[in-house]
Amino acid sequence: MKRVVITGAGTINALGHTVPETYEAMREGRCGIGELEMRDVDRLAIKIGGQVRGYKADTCFNRQQLALYDRFTQFALIAAREAVKQSGLEFSGDLAAKSGVVLGTSGGGMQTLDENYRSVYGEGKNRVHPFVVPKLMNNAAASHVSMEFNLKGPSFTVATACASSNHAMSQAFQMVRSGMSPVMVTGGSESMLCFGGVKAWEGLRVMSKDACRPFSANRNGMVQGEGAGVFVFEEYEHATARGADILAEVAGFAMSSDASDIVMPSKQGAARAISGALADGRINPEEVGYINAHGTGTAANDKTECAAVADVFGQHADTLMISSTKSMHGHLIGGTGAVELLACIMALREGVIAPTIGYQEADPECALDVVPNEAREADVDVVLSNAFAFGGLNAVLALRKV
Amino acid sequence: MNVKDKVIEIIAEQAVLDPSDVTMDSTLESLGIDSLGLVESIFSIEEAFDISVPFNANEPTQSEFDISSVASIIAGIETLKAQQS
Repeated sequence: MKRVVITGAGTINALGHTVPETYEAMREGRCGIGELEMRDVDRLAIKIGGQVRGYKADTCFNRQQLALYDRFTQFALIAAREAVKQSGLEFSGDLAAKSGVVLGTSGGGMQTLDENYRSVYGEGKNRVHPFVVPKLMNNAAASHVSMEFNLKGPSFTVATACASSNHAMSQAFQMVRSGMSPVMVTGGSESMLCFGGVKAWEGLRVMSKDACRPFSANRNGMVQGEGAGVFVFEEYEHATARGADILAEVAGFAMSSDASDIVMPSKQGAARAISGALADGRINPEEVGYINAHGTGTAANDKTECAAVADVFGQHADTLMISSTKSMHGHLIGGTGAVELLACIMALREGVIAPTIGYQEADPECALDVVPNEAREADVDVVLSNAFAFGGLNAVLALRKV
Repeated sequence: MNVKDKVIEIIAEQAVLDPSDVTMDSTLESLGIDSLGLVESIFSIEEAFDISVPFNANEPTQSEFDISSVASIIAGIETLKAQQS
């Protein structure tokens, strides 16, 4: 089996339009969640979200491109540009033929769906733009990334709700590890902050009206975010041979299915994914210094996740740090694991653990070191990123310092 | 149909029971209604009475809307109807 390393990272999210901006915000414990700005916001009960602000699509893409790119595709391309540029890779010949792109998304082109449903149902129009289908399809982002960077190998989209990005990166990891591809571009993207997207989440009664406060006893639900995270996964020898700067090693992963409930999480399912990732990477539980939690800020997730971590790590659960950066950037649904992997890389590379902000009251059912409110300096060698989706589909990735 | 009968009909349908099996002191738990069933019942109540029920599934017991029994749910709807009419 080959070793797999990360040689490029890119993002756009509510905390920043680049990786350095996002790291800075995470170090400062800044909150990217605010009042939603969108059409018909007065008809929403939930009026907050982690929107990407100060973003002008027409400075990144031309008119022809914008006719084809839903906002989730735009985010994926912006993040991919930053990641590929950092890697220093150019794809041609045999490298291009074998390298591909696997991205996660849950909703795909939701903005396009929302606008066009409004147009035909609400406004009674009988004609839609010819590119509605290629714009809204879930694989649009992956396909446009493949086109922009000449990635001609295995490429597809993974949709497992809130675990989409982690499942996607797990697939990319397997492809590089098995020797199938020398390089895979991977991560995820989501832009569900449109009227219909927020309205649908409102219906489930799990959204907070004021803030995302994971693990805090007074938490009252999740807050939606948007954006993308994209990474370059590269075979270790390939990366070292060209003198690439290695950000981290992808050491292990595991996936599991609760097979129990469509929305309620299971401690056993989560614990099996966490312990599976350790076993896959031959990682001693005591080596794990930091976990980027799924940490949605709902009563159901946070209790279950803490119990799963306590089960897997035993006494070491009291020593390791676990934080939820969703408190800052919101829940990016299908893109969330990708943006959260940045907190893992920051922990390994910069020795800074991103905090769980908005933390106000200790909860005895979440009695772990959740790095409340302020980032912390710490030297960690192995970190995990948890993702536990609706539908009971779980994926956990382990990264190691190189 | 009065508020009481309509609420009992909604809850009985959710619990897959005959309305005669739902009493004023029944709790949702005793009727076998889980958290998803509760959210669905509240949606049905909002639709039936054209009201907006303040309810967050993350803190069901802290809501101003008391869901501890069928009687408390009916009382809550009466209050909301009066406030929101």
